[in-house]
Amino acid sequence: MICECKVPGPLQGKEYCVDFTINGQTVELDVDPEMPLLWALRDVLGLTGTKFGCGIAQCGVCTVIVDGMARRSCVTPIGPIEGAEITTIEGLAIDGKPHPVQQAWIDEQVPQCGYCQSGQIMSAVALLTEIPQPDEEQIAGAMTGNYCRCGTYPAIRAAILRASGQALSPVIDDAEDEPVRG
Amino acid sequence: MGKVGTITRRTLLIGTATIGAGVAFVAWRANQPLENPFVGNLSDGDNALNPFVLIAEDGTVTIVVPRAEMGQGVMTTLAALVAEELDLDLSEIAVIHGPASETYYNSAMITSALPVEPWKESMVSDGFRQIAEVASKMLGMQLTGGSTSTRDAFDRMRIAGACARETLKATAAEVWNVDRSTLETDGGAVIDRSGPRSVRYAELAAAAALREPITDVQPRDPSEWKLLGRSQQRVDVPSKVKGSPIFGIDMSFPDMLHGTVAMGPMPGSKPRDADRNAALAIQGVRAVVPISSVYGEGYGIIADSTWTAFKARRALAPEWENEEPFGASELDAAFQAAFDEGGGDVHRNDGDIDRVFADLGDEDVLSAEYSVPALAHATMEPMNATARFKDGVLDIWCGNQSPTLVRKSCAEALEIDEADCRVHTTMLGGGFGRRAEFDFALYASLMAARTDGLPVKVTWCREEDTRHDLYRPPAKAKCRARLTDTGGLEAIDMQLASPSVMASLMNRMGFSSFGPDATMSEGAANQLYKPKNFRVSTPELDIPLPVGFWRSVGNSNNAFIMECFLDEVAHAAGRDPLELRLELLADFEPAKAVLRTVAEMANWQGGKSGENSAQGLAFCFSFNTSVAQIVEVSRGQDDRIAIDKVWCAADCGLVLDPAIVRAQLSGGIVFGLSAAMMQEITLKDGAVEQGNFDSYPMMRYHQCPEIKVALSRRQTFMGGIGEPGVPPAAPALANAVAALTGERIRTLPLNKSVLFA
Repeated sequence: MICECKVPGPLQGKEYCVDFTINGQTVELDVDPEMPLLWALRDVLGLTGTKFGCGIAQCGVCTVIVDGMARRSCVTPIGPIEGAEITTIEGLAIDGKPHPVQQAWIDEQVPQCGYCQSGQIMSAVALLTEIPQPDEEQIAGAMTGNYCRCGTYPAIRAAILRASGQALSPVIDDAEDEPVRG
Repeated sequence: MGKVGTITRRTLLIGTATIGAGVAFVAWRANQPLENPFVGNLSDGDNALNPFVLIAEDGTVTIVVPRAEMGQGVMTTLAALVAEELDLDLSEIAVIHGPASETYYNSAMITSALPVEPWKESMVSDGFRQIAEVASKMLGMQLTGGSTSTRDAFDRMRIAGACARETLKATAAEVWNVDRSTLETDGGAVIDRSGPRSVRYAELAAAAALREPITDVQPRDPSEWKLLGRSQQRVDVPSKVKGSPIFGIDMSFPDMLHGTVAMGPMPGSKPRDADRNAALAIQGVRAVVPISSVYGEGYGIIADSTWTAFKARRALAPEWENEEPFGASELDAAFQAAFDEGGGDVHRNDGDIDRVFADLGDEDVLSAEYSVPALAHATMEPMNATARFKDGVLDIWCGNQSPTLVRKSCAEALEIDEADCRVHTTMLGGGFGRRAEFDFALYASLMAARTDGLPVKVTWCREEDTRHDLYRPPAKAKCRARLTDTGGLEAIDMQLASPSVMASLMNRMGFSSFGPDATMSEGAANQLYKPKNFRVSTPELDIPLPVGFWRSVGNSNNAFIMECFLDEVAHAAGRDPLELRLELLADFEPAKAVLRTVAEMANWQGGKSGENSAQGLAFCFSFNTSVAQIVEVSRGQDDRIAIDKVWCAADCGLVLDPAIVRAQLSGGIVFGLSAAMMQEITLKDGAVEQGNFDSYPMMRYHQCPEIKVALSRRQTFMGGIGEPGVPPAAPALANAVAALTGERIRTLPLNKSVLFA
């Protein structure tokens, strides 16, 4: 699926080649080593699930997992990550089925506009890989770098607790409603 | 080529006949010939039963949603309106955004522009007739805004579904030579129980698309609903969880170029100098082209990757001549001038304000001045569009809230017929009103005219996005009130000064200015409170900063002013702010019900809660929906204030999808709190100072309160839901902070005065 130095780029066939593994596949790119990983993913490799939001590691929509750690790809130059193993949102599914964190996101119907959700999910996956049953403080610590303009934070919390097997009463339910008139 | 019925007019006429207050305008529009958006635009094997229903030979039923999905769930709820009538489950259908077409005009937008109390039949005052005229020009605008999508679609799309169903049944009835009324539909087939026999929609679709459609239909009675009124699995969630390429910024073509823009700081800024050579020297940069538009002047940079274009933008380092350098002191002076001049349109004038205040000394008048800043939309997906201009045809791919406006403006800019401009609406990575504009599409189109037919994706960097918004207007208010002897509200007089969003927008659209702009006073003048004497006027400023629709529009600032000032009145009178509001809401029971509900949820005790915590209450009736909120705050480490809990009760009448409605209200609260806590756009030397999220932040995960939402269903008319969650959040928070600290803050954002956790 992924080309090896076949992508037309300004440095095609000369100067630099950067090797790394992405979603289990080895890739060789001939791009400027200063190019942020974000733009190598999006513009060179066509993996657009990782989003651009700010370019200064403030919003987290570009979050990917590099060697097991959540990283902001917008400020991660591609040169120094030579040899790294990278996972993006496109690489989460297991045998064509959603990753358990993605499934929790579906079960809790988390997304609104959805633009930040790739990054939210990658941050949550990195958290739960390291701490399978995080407490509230650990969740906040891992997720506070990820903005959501639609304000889906309560649903994100519910999805992380669900994915980690920790019980939670529904964030939103009908119990408080006034009875239907009539 | 697929098959498409050419008779759409009658469907639409019937589909809009029951809308209500706007019927006169809608009927006028419906009597004009309407284009069928699928003529000449249909894939092989596809059949258009009407502008909302496509059925392919392979059995795929596609429902066309004419409004933009920006997170508010329209793709799900609007598709459900049609699917309900066709007896299909949402898992059995495909949903697409409609193409740009006047056929999909927004009729609810027009009625909401009229100052008609929604529960009353008529009351169009002469003073507002001009607005109606301008609004009627906007008929044909396929606008997603004003929290109108569901209200607009409710009759039209159910009837479109019913028309399609009955037309499919009629087709089968002819084949079987039976009466249509004896047939049923289920599971994507027309069924004849007497046979028993059935035929799939797919097998009927080609013939059904070509026959005279059945339009004499009644949508299903709510008692028969299987989808509507119940929370659905959103149709857009799977692709958003997978990271699928669904947003404008994800567009990709094999031969696509990448670009960005560097526009002047204000619409009037002229390019003076730029280092084109430095930009062009960067490997991979193809061209630097001038851009001139109603939004301003600047440069487009075309390169082989977005990153290269961003680098070239920095190297270009353009300088600008500002016609009128504008900053904080100039803005203050503009406000001062507006107040000094006095007047402005009077949007409400009950009783006799001048008489009430004529003989009073200052000590008998409660007065206060409020101030709110300009705000940026800050959608998470920065502005972008992809355009291709090839063989005289312009294709534009972008998330947008008004495809017909995009088509018109881009076709004009490239001097081509609108028929040669195709707008493909992608998912929106946030809209909030920002994507009701067309600057992003216009710039991409102008750049595509310079790429020899190659598509170009033009992505703004975050700084460009923040500094080239159409901002929520800054506003200042002078309020005064007089109490009755018994602690009631005798009179309230509000001067709300701000630039006019409608005037700014009309200017960009090429229309001349018009009469009173109701958005300048909404959230105050149109509130349901009935004190004996109540006046609201709107002195208008003309400032270089362009202003636009920001989620909840005028309600976003005016509800803050209104609800905080009412809180001050209550405290001055020694009254419970809840009781005072209930007293002022004399005759609208649904509003009182949401206030009582939220008070019960929060165990409201007049603002007091724990030793170190306090509550604030606010209410706003916006977009025909009543929303009451209580915010609870506490004092934590280092005197920092934490927002612990928010309770919300809302009544939008009929609730079609409870989970989506709750999500919108909850999200609206976070949106409103973000602004109240920390957001501010300021000007210096004729430019916006804030650039990225380090200077224009928003609420983060750890700051988000627990949010509880309750719905009540007393309203007999439908309200919107995308925006009404926003307005009460800021005043409820400010009232809570006042209750906690004893200090009234009248200037937003609040973090200029207090620290938040």
